[in-house]
Amino acid sequence: MEIGQIVIIGLISVALALMLEKHNPEWSMYIRIVAGILIFFIIIQKLGILLEIAKKMSEKIDMDFVYIGIVFKVLGISYISEFGAQLCKDAGESSIASKIEFAGKVLIITVSSPVMLALIDIISDIIP
Amino acid sequence: MDITIVFKIAAVGILVSVLNQVLVRSGREEQAMLTTLAGLIVVLFWIIQYISDLFKTVQTLFQL
Repeated sequence: MEIGQIVIIGLISVALALMLEKHNPEWSMYIRIVAGILIFFIIIQKLGILLEIAKKMSEKIDMDFVYIGIVFKVLGISYISEFGAQLCKDAGESSIASKIEFAGKVLIITVSSPVMLALIDIISDIIP
Repeated sequence: MDITIVFKIAAVGILVSVLNQVLVRSGREEQAMLTTLAGLIVVLFWIIQYISDLFKTVQTLFQL
């Protein structure tokens, strides 16, 4: 029953964070960080199973593994940047959060640039 | 990797805020500031390990 664990961890952390919010707001931010990391570590085994399934499917349809690897990389970058940006937003620093999101977008585009180049190659092959 | 770390942080936070208020009321602002700083560093040390675990796991899982 992972979902029960996750919901209870979330509720307890929210209660503790709200309790600490009044006197020292930075402590509630630490509780938020730790709750996010705990929930992530509960869910990460299932995420590993999902990625294995994606790999097997890509082998079955005879697809190049490079592209699936790029998709995984994009997933990881977006997860981490979203994690940091949400924490910054919760702490009331939305400007830093938007900068983190921007950096994540730039990194995603640089990681996925081989796919775009391959697409442009295909298009320029089709169009003489 | 379980919920006790959340309880630990909350306990330290409550303790530090109570100590802070007592020390401020009795007119020792410098010691209150030092108490807050000490609690902050302790909690940061706990959290840094968790954050580095998170980043390592994401790196290995998504092959970053």
